[in-house]
Amino acid sequence: MTVLEARSVVKSYGPTPALRGVGLELAEGEVLAVTGPSGCGKSTLLHCLSGILQPDSGEVRYRGRPLDAYSEADRTRLRRTEFGVLFQFGQLVAEISAAENVALPLLLTGRSRAEARTAARDQLDRLGVAEAAESRPGQLSGGQQQRVAAARALVTEPGVLFADEPTGALDQLAGEKLLGELVRTARERGTSVLLVTHAPVVAAYADREVVLHDGVVDASGLGTGRLGAGARTGTPL
Amino acid sequence: MSTAAHVLLALLAAGPLHGYDLKKAHDLRFPKAKPMAFGQVYATLGRLERDGLVEQTGTDRDGGPDRTLFALTDAGHRALDTWLAAVETPAPYVSSDLLAKVVVALLVADPEQARTWLSAQRRAHTARLRELTALKADPTTGLGDVIAADFALTHLDADLRWMQTTLERVTDLHREIHG
Repeated sequence: MTVLEARSVVKSYGPTPALRGVGLELAEGEVLAVTGPSGCGKSTLLHCLSGILQPDSGEVRYRGRPLDAYSEADRTRLRRTEFGVLFQFGQLVAEISAAENVALPLLLTGRSRAEARTAARDQLDRLGVAEAAESRPGQLSGGQQQRVAAARALVTEPGVLFADEPTGALDQLAGEKLLGELVRTARERGTSVLLVTHAPVVAAYADREVVLHDGVVDASGLGTGRLGAGARTGTPL
Repeated sequence: MSTAAHVLLALLAAGPLHGYDLKKAHDLRFPKAKPMAFGQVYATLGRLERDGLVEQTGTDRDGGPDRTLFALTDAGHRALDTWLAAVETPAPYVSSDLLAKVVVALLVADPEQARTWLSAQRRAHTARLRELTALKADPTTGLGDVIAADFALTHLDADLRWMQTTLERVTDLHREIHG
């Protein structure tokens, strides 16, 4: 079953087109990588799919319902409970502990403090950072911080987790731990994952890969423009 | 002396073994490499003995036929140390089938043919990356297999990045020439 769908999504920043008609489907429980070179539009696509940005034209559907059809309040609720978001770095609140950071999304949706705290600890434990619960973000390694951020993104048990270059600031082993735990937890829960990355080794954690080039899906996967070189075309190389 | 000979010296550095156990130890340490044939183990041991790097230290029986135990000599220890200390020469000339095919595809074949082949090659590489990543994520995979998978993954990743850079380079050049 399709959980999330983009239909002919177009988005420009002023005169600069970022997405020029993107269509894709994310199935229930699927881990999908969106890859492509810098500037291909992959982060813009993630922002449109997660409701952070509104497309200029085309539409995004969550469980068959266009995001446009949601009221502003419903869309906020959707973003808080059904969508989890994980960025490259810098998303934790520095002044509070890891457990309190993870509990935040639950408190925002009206869950009791005790309930939120228990769920936060459980989530930290699943991601292998139970020992970090009482520490503030600044006291943790980059890898631990990202796993705390992942715990926060997953604590509401969202339908879709959006991850934008989640290992971009980590070394290889820390990145591997994060992705391993993230994908395992998502699979156990049946959470779909949209993983944006430019790195082939990160995309390899996904079931499937969609390559963007110049704001459209590139079926060849090559992520480049026209190949003009070649003896037969007479290019002097 | 071959890499296989040095690997056998290294396996004997921990203590005497007979040919059968050496083969088993090799295949355990290099689970993704081609298993070492018994014939190769005994032929290599023969050459190492002739060169004074290993010696026979007796036999054990263990319920079956007599088996000759081999041990490292002092010269064998030195040969192993020398080999381990020597830096591998980074290949002075790059040669691989992948390089040859990419160059042929981009510079000789017509653009559509190049695109089709490059796309298929990329898919084959990414499919293998996914297989190896799944193998590593499996908690029952042993450390030897994980290390071998890392080696393969890193090389496949380098291939993919190099192919991407090459594609971008050629596309850029084309754009500069043809506008």
